[in-house]
Amino acid sequence: MATTVNVRKQSVAEVAAPLTLAYEHPWVVRFAHWVNAVAVLVLVGTGLQIFRAFPSFGPKIPQKNLLDVPRLITLGGWLGGALQWHFTFMWIFVGSGLLYVIYQLATGHWRQVLFTARDIKGVWPMARYYFFFGPKPPVDAAYNPLQKLAYTSTVFFGVLSTLTGLVLYKPDQFWWLAWLMGGFHYARIWHFLSMCGFLAFIPGHLIMVLLHGWNNFYSMVTGWKRDPEYVE
Amino acid sequence: MPDDIRGEPKPAEPEEHPQPPTEPADHGAAQADQRVPQAAAQSDAAAQPREAAAPAVLRHAGPAGEEVRRVAPAERKRMNRRELLKLVPVVALGTFAVPKLRGPLLNDGLHLSDWASGKLFGRARLAQTFPNRDVVAFERFPYNFYDVADPGVDLDRWTLTVEGLVQHPGEYKLSQIQALPKVTQNTRHVCVEGWDVIGSFGGTRASDFLRAIGADTSARFLEAECADGYYESIDMETMLHPQTLFCYEMYGKPLDRGHGAPLRLQMPTKIGYKQAKYLDTIRVTNVLRADKRGYWEDQGYSWYGGL
Repeated sequence: MATTVNVRKQSVAEVAAPLTLAYEHPWVVRFAHWVNAVAVLVLVGTGLQIFRAFPSFGPKIPQKNLLDVPRLITLGGWLGGALQWHFTFMWIFVGSGLLYVIYQLATGHWRQVLFTARDIKGVWPMARYYFFFGPKPPVDAAYNPLQKLAYTSTVFFGVLSTLTGLVLYKPDQFWWLAWLMGGFHYARIWHFLSMCGFLAFIPGHLIMVLLHGWNNFYSMVTGWKRDPEYVE
Repeated sequence: MPDDIRGEPKPAEPEEHPQPPTEPADHGAAQADQRVPQAAAQSDAAAQPREAAAPAVLRHAGPAGEEVRRVAPAERKRMNRRELLKLVPVVALGTFAVPKLRGPLLNDGLHLSDWASGKLFGRARLAQTFPNRDVVAFERFPYNFYDVADPGVDLDRWTLTVEGLVQHPGEYKLSQIQALPKVTQNTRHVCVEGWDVIGSFGGTRASDFLRAIGADTSARFLEAECADGYYESIDMETMLHPQTLFCYEMYGKPLDRGHGAPLRLQMPTKIGYKQAKYLDTIRVTNVLRADKRGYWEDQGYSWYGGL
């Protein structure tokens, strides 16, 4: 690293070879991100193991299995074990999720990430650029509309999975939440769909991380991004 | 430290989040003007003398007001290291990967969840009840056997043994239990596997029977032992819930052998495996034996099992 020499247009007069770094991700965000990454992985894996015990959304009699989840992609080993993981990591997941949301609200950073009606028109140009070799839309904000859509959807799925999980866990105590979801039975479907939401987000997210390379990935570790694209 | 990148001292920008330049082309120039030996950073510098010669900070030069700095590679290493340290708590999650620690940690998680469940429980909060048309046909109410189908209880000579912290311990006939007011309710039975079924149940309110036997309702638990070797323990709070039954009827008929004749627990505020069948002995107690908390609980399932 120390030997890297950065030749830049505006630094001809510079003696040493300074690097340009931008502080992109405050530590709370990075902390919540990594804790959540682990928690989502554990909750999805154990959730699939739990689902194996009754892989259906219909009645018990007659039982029609919806899909056969391969053991390989499950965690916890057995129903009881998976429930232990699930009931432990639900606290970690909700904790880090709350930390993130509260932090974003308190600092006002939510304005950068929240997908709003104004972002709708920008989704297609960005998708065209990413997936269909379209022209690159101008970058004038921290996150492009497609990113906002993706990140906002994870918060949405996080809230949905938490609320539906509460209904599954305590349908009697949260009867009003159960009622909002169409009853205990439907809460199980919503809970499953919120997992599908995470599963839809993760591959796209990982592909983008791979495409943008180490420098971008490392900024989610240390916060500092080297040679940010918006600084000439 | 390269000095040349430090600009002329200027007053720090009053605005915390200045609008980003509308023209991206102006960006570079705009930042060049913003090069200031950040006034705000002086407090930083006071705390960390090492940073006294801190490099220039291009304040809020990013599109979202990110702090941008130009630093020597060595300084970058230091900055990264400092930020990495802040993430050390994430490594704590790695304890779950250590086999020796995993068991106790997951046990703690389960206990925390059970504790919270107990706090959430409202004795006056009733589980949902359903009209007859929502009740599933008797044939479609599952039998759930854990290892034996039928312990072969002699229904004519059956008695319920009552022990522990009660004024009137002894053997109770089914007729004595049935002499107390009968309650019929259509409630949901939720299995830990994920399925649920609405059934019709009839029996004696557990709180009525506990009062009849002079149970110490300030005791913490009720233990149940079953004719098939199954065993359970329930918190007293739930035993006194108005919908908790000593159930001897389903769908208006005496409990059949598959469903636990002649007497079982029926608690719509608890998950399926807590609803002990083939009741043989009940015991009011303040102490649970570590390996006798419940058939499934002793294998790792939640003890509280509340809904």
